[in-house]
Amino acid sequence: MQSIIIATAAVGIIGLLIGLLLIMVDKKFKVEVDEKEIAVREFLPGNNCGACGYAGCDAMAAAIAKGEAPVNGCPVGGTPVAEQIAHIMGVEADETTKEVAFVKCSGSCDKVVQKSNYVGIHDCASAVASGLSPWACDYGCLGFGSCAAVCPFDAITVIDGVAVVDRAKCRTCGKCVAVCPKHLIEIIPDDSAYAVSCSNRDRGPAVKKVCSTGCIGCKLCEKQCENDAVHVENNVASIDYSKCTGCGKCHDKCPAGIIQKRS
Amino acid sequence: MSPKTFRGGVHPDGHKDMSKGQPVEAYLPKGDLVFPINQHIGKPAKPVVAKGDKVLAGQIIAEADGFVSANIISSCSGTVKAIEQRYNAGGARAMCIVIENDGEYTLAPGIGKTRNEGTVSSKDILDAIQAAGIVGMGGAGFPTHVKLSSKNPEGIDYVIANGAECEPYITCDDRLMQNENRAIVEGLRLVLQLFPNAQGVIAIEDNKPDAIRAMEAVCAGEKQIHVQPVMAKYPEGGERNLISVISGRDLRFGQLPADVGCVVCNVSTLNAIYHAVHKSTPLMERYFTVSGDAVANPRTMVVKIGTNSAELIEAAGGIKPGCTVKKVLSGGPMMGIAMSSLDVPVCKNNNALTVLAEDEVELAQAQATSCIRCGRCTRVCPIHLIPQLMADAAERKDYESYEKKYYGLDCIACGSCSYICPAKRPLMQLFKETKGAIMAAKRK
Repeated sequence: MQSIIIATAAVGIIGLLIGLLLIMVDKKFKVEVDEKEIAVREFLPGNNCGACGYAGCDAMAAAIAKGEAPVNGCPVGGTPVAEQIAHIMGVEADETTKEVAFVKCSGSCDKVVQKSNYVGIHDCASAVASGLSPWACDYGCLGFGSCAAVCPFDAITVIDGVAVVDRAKCRTCGKCVAVCPKHLIEIIPDDSAYAVSCSNRDRGPAVKKVCSTGCIGCKLCEKQCENDAVHVENNVASIDYSKCTGCGKCHDKCPAGIIQKRS
Repeated sequence: MSPKTFRGGVHPDGHKDMSKGQPVEAYLPKGDLVFPINQHIGKPAKPVVAKGDKVLAGQIIAEADGFVSANIISSCSGTVKAIEQRYNAGGARAMCIVIENDGEYTLAPGIGKTRNEGTVSSKDILDAIQAAGIVGMGGAGFPTHVKLSSKNPEGIDYVIANGAECEPYITCDDRLMQNENRAIVEGLRLVLQLFPNAQGVIAIEDNKPDAIRAMEAVCAGEKQIHVQPVMAKYPEGGERNLISVISGRDLRFGQLPADVGCVVCNVSTLNAIYHAVHKSTPLMERYFTVSGDAVANPRTMVVKIGTNSAELIEAAGGIKPGCTVKKVLSGGPMMGIAMSSLDVPVCKNNNALTVLAEDEVELAQAQATSCIRCGRCTRVCPIHLIPQLMADAAERKDYESYEKKYYGLDCIACGSCSYICPAKRPLMQLFKETKGAIMAAKRK
């Protein structure tokens, strides 16, 4: 009986001492945290995707609290998060337009010519490094889905050999843009009415040989555009979204059907 | 005494009997000849002809752009048809000079003139090699005049003639050593003239007794040159392995053969050096094997550089009737590059085409499973790396560990690990890709 009492007392005293020590340490080595930082962090999505350019959401919150980063710096959270953070910081949030990733290729399995059977690592970068591609087009989507694998929001799926971005799920973190070895993915305004779904920089006859839906660089779109928004550079059309009014004349004239209407 | 060898390596089925016994004939191309301007390591050559120009065999059609570069020589006479982008064996696009062959092979003036032996100086040798556009013909394609222009020629004590030819199916060096044994030894003597303290060693795998006999016959009585049979094992002919076998020295991380006093040249390169220096003939043709179980008459031929690959398969009897081709490789099955088109030319550093039928490829196609940590890859790695851990780092894209911890940049991409792996993991492809990614990041 006595030994139990001694043991209880000893453990109790040790516990008290450690408790006191912890209180002292807490007082002495207290880290000053900006209250704003904690509040801002509450509203950030917490994916730690790094799309803002900071190491993660904690680093981003600290930067916003210090005033180094803009309140609408989180592309994933978009306008709602920017408004909440602006409220905490006591500033007005600038209007952010939602942007999405867009894959500039529509050469699905039935449209592009197959030139070889690829047997190897199922990864776009590996296929490019090996010099082998299943498709005759040197510029198009390989369809191994490295972008889909890297997307933290599950927004990309490979459908029929081409990666397709789900606009509702995309949060514009830009990871797919960085990983695509063919540099096919571009961030475009979500409300843009039209987009060019081809990246083949070869001349028309060469494109025709490899894909039934490739840009042949005929410049009909360029001639149609009244706002100087569509240009053909390096044999492939591109749209300047700041000038595009969405009239759709380029779309109507395109013989290859690569200027897609986005609903 | 068993022949010399290194630790590690694998014993793939040689398949050399297919093409070994066939007579070696010169093949004259029928179609256009195509000359990529980057058939070597270094800067691509600068074309010096224009569309419509008449060219003669042996004429320089693209000049070396800088020191680490090589001249491109026309191997036929005819008219320049185009200078355009075409695919090479690796599936990449390269600027190519296309020459419409007139079938005459008219030599440019001065080509084929025999030089008076005994009057050649070291500078003459290097100049002749440089002018002839000779590059490492074993596969690497490093310009030979750069390799032989050592800052410290006295420090080299071994010049190794690489006649190992460890890659399965290929017999071009084997046949070259039997037919051109004198030229190879003369070429080796020219290289030895550049390195006064060196001795010449001709390393040949012991599965080529005819080649060993032929080379020994010419080397009899030579003080500076001898033949060294080495064990038939893959990759015996890898530069690092051959150095370790012949000289007993190991190359450390980042070292070059010259750092350990060695120079390694392929026997084909030595043959080309002899012809360039003594016969004033630039590099226009090479021994080339077309083999594989899908080819009707596997054989070694003497082909013109720039010949179309599809034409060469036809020259070897075409595809066996009733056979389905599953894979065509530029090179052998271990290190060769799978081709997606046969409309590519033979380059200076290509030595074979391997055409494989269904059954052989299916083995390799078996779905890869997870690593079972058996350690066989580590046991066979000729560079003594740990492929298992390298693959782990490569898959995680942990490039720092790959490079600094596992010395993954030293990988020679011989494919021994992929060959031995019971889980059929595509290790070599992973390493090639990772090496490429790290080198690309370094260049930035």
